[in-house]
Amino acid sequence: MAIGVTTTPEKSKPSGSIINDPQVRGIFYQVITVVLLGAFVYWVADNTIENLKRANIASGYGFLNGRAGFDVGQSLIAYTSDSTYQRALVVGLLNTLLVAVCGIFTATIIGFAVGIGRLSHNWLIAKLSLAYVEIFRNIPPLLVIFFWYSGVLAILPQPRESAALPFNMFLNNRGLAFPKPIFGDGSLYTVLALVLAIVASFLLARYARKKQEATGQRFPVLWSSVGLIIGLPLLVFLATGSPITFDVPVAGKFNLTGGSVIGPEFLSLFLALSFYTAAFIAEIVRAGIRGVSKGQTEAAHALGVRPGLTTRLVVVPQALRIIIPPLTSQYLNLTKNSSLAVAIGYADLVAVGGTILNQTGQSIEIVTIWIIVYLSLSLTTSLFMNWFNARMALVER
Amino acid sequence: MNTHQGTFVRASMIEGSAPPVAEGGVVHWLRENLFATPKDAVLTIVSLLALAWFVPPAIQWLFIDAAWTGGGRGVCATVAQGGSQPDGWSGACWAFVNAKLDQFAYGRYPLDERWRPTLVGILFVLFLVPMLIPKAPFKGINAILLFAVLPIISLILLPGGWFGLTFVETPLWGGLMVTLILSFVGIAVSLPLGILLALGRRSHMPVIKMLCTAFIELVRGIPLITVLFMASVMLPLFLPQGVTFDKFLRALIGVSLFASAYMAEVVRGGLQAIPKGQYEGADSLGLSFWQKMNLIVLPQALKLVIPGIVNTFIGLFKDTSLVSIIGMFDLLGIVRFNFTDANWASSVTPISGLIFAGFIFWLFCFGMSRYSGFMERVLDTAHKR
Repeated sequence: MAIGVTTTPEKSKPSGSIINDPQVRGIFYQVITVVLLGAFVYWVADNTIENLKRANIASGYGFLNGRAGFDVGQSLIAYTSDSTYQRALVVGLLNTLLVAVCGIFTATIIGFAVGIGRLSHNWLIAKLSLAYVEIFRNIPPLLVIFFWYSGVLAILPQPRESAALPFNMFLNNRGLAFPKPIFGDGSLYTVLALVLAIVASFLLARYARKKQEATGQRFPVLWSSVGLIIGLPLLVFLATGSPITFDVPVAGKFNLTGGSVIGPEFLSLFLALSFYTAAFIAEIVRAGIRGVSKGQTEAAHALGVRPGLTTRLVVVPQALRIIIPPLTSQYLNLTKNSSLAVAIGYADLVAVGGTILNQTGQSIEIVTIWIIVYLSLSLTTSLFMNWFNARMALVER
Repeated sequence: MNTHQGTFVRASMIEGSAPPVAEGGVVHWLRENLFATPKDAVLTIVSLLALAWFVPPAIQWLFIDAAWTGGGRGVCATVAQGGSQPDGWSGACWAFVNAKLDQFAYGRYPLDERWRPTLVGILFVLFLVPMLIPKAPFKGINAILLFAVLPIISLILLPGGWFGLTFVETPLWGGLMVTLILSFVGIAVSLPLGILLALGRRSHMPVIKMLCTAFIELVRGIPLITVLFMASVMLPLFLPQGVTFDKFLRALIGVSLFASAYMAEVVRGGLQAIPKGQYEGADSLGLSFWQKMNLIVLPQALKLVIPGIVNTFIGLFKDTSLVSIIGMFDLLGIVRFNFTDANWASSVTPISGLIFAGFIFWLFCFGMSRYSGFMERVLDTAHKR
């Protein structure tokens, strides 16, 4: 047969000159690239060593154990100016994570609300959502941060004329003061009860799903979980004699005393990142919901499923598959944009690193730390979202 | 014969009566779009109340109570703050924007030399507008003028230092001029570089593929501000002693490299969407790699990803505002720089300046996104259903 005679392309000898063989050429190009790149790296490294030697900067990470000598505005862990550079960087990293997590939480809520609003049959809601998206998508995030920081929060009243909010909170140009919980003896049990209640409601949800699959009977998971999560810690709290008290901020003559204060830096960064990213999330949500074909909704209606249930059981699970991948990259963008904190002096990783860089001149080390931290944050988030995406993805045969 | 026989036959049609009020006109529209269900009605009323609470005071603040003209902080401050406005007054301070408009456009560029950026700006608009209109002729010459002649003219005119022009160093540049130069160069560099990187990432040569992938993923994983810090503190370390780069140039390199990594991913999406048959068809015609890419693949791939490309451009335009953090005076930087002017210091100056800068950024970005929508429709050669 003819097939037996033909040779596979791999085995055929190049018919022309060796110059025209794509494989030979490929290797040639790659060798040239490697040689050029190697020479460039060598040149750069040589210059760097020379420059460092002249500036009397010792390379290496030994400087991390030195005394920092600067204060940071807000810290989640104990920190004084006597702490080490290493601890300062950890403070910065925690602050980055704090603002990123808070921002992601709020941006998701606003984004979903606005995205669904854009698809609303209500003309006014749809137009308002459109205006929100078009305004915030087209303004630099840095400008939004400054808008909140030097535009809005800076012209709030002085501490002595603080605006009183519900729950004993006060708002002034030094930030938001709120009651600080003080954990007394035995408050550990309340926290344990809370953790226990959350675990129990997860188990309850699993049990309810198994039961529904087996018998078709439904169990009111939502209400029992809410009852469990609020009720159990409350019971334990009262049983152990109300050990948690609040240090309430009190308006004094010139300043507020007591309580905890969230600084204007955190507030403006948090608000700006939430509002800015929410505009992008809204567009992703809208595209996701529009991406579910109309036949799905119509089929559900034909089966007699009510509109609310159709949205919850048919449209949203399918829309989530479209939404999750771009949503992940928006979360990563928000985390990276939190580095704009340096512009208003919120002590995030970049701001702290920048201060250390100015003090010690260890630019290569600091930049390497930045790159490693941000790359690992990106990779962790994408790994988690990929796992979540795989769980949500269509199960095919 | 008498045609009238007592029976009545109507000779003309009855005028159609208007539909019931509930089925047409304003009432119908309101019912359909604003009060369709009780939930809708509640939402409508709540948003109307919110608008009524927000919009009139905003208009009052932005336009009616605003200080439009004046020569100093007096017009923007209350009597208690040492100004001329009545106590309790608050309004936008457009007088500040008005007085600083030249600075917002040119930065601290010397007054006598400002005709140079103006000339470049006029040429830019002259070359750009016909480029943007699809029906305008001579696209080839136009492209050469915009992407080759204009940069050379700018390079001669803006810094000066030759042909009898006084030298203006880049730290004096500022305002919208810097924002536009950064974004124009960024766009002009990042698109070709991004295409090269995308092709490299899809290359069959393992070394090239690895290098391009590593570059793209590294740059996309870190924030722009760290790239700018790298460009401003590490670049001098990498160069031999005595060789210094201009700070402006360093920012340009940082912004362009950053944008090209994002551009590469957008272009890669387009390359992946082109069916394999197109690549194979080009191969079977005996086209070389670059012929295949330039004539067959890229025209289709780029058309597919126009929205993504323009989104990257918009992102780049917004990102140029970050150079104000490393001490350059782009539009946002120069606006913030002027907050420190004691002659104009008042509590409403910062917010007025920021609203103005935000409006300018918004105009450019919104214009770009609208134009991309228009181009998508023009280039859409697919068969309409």
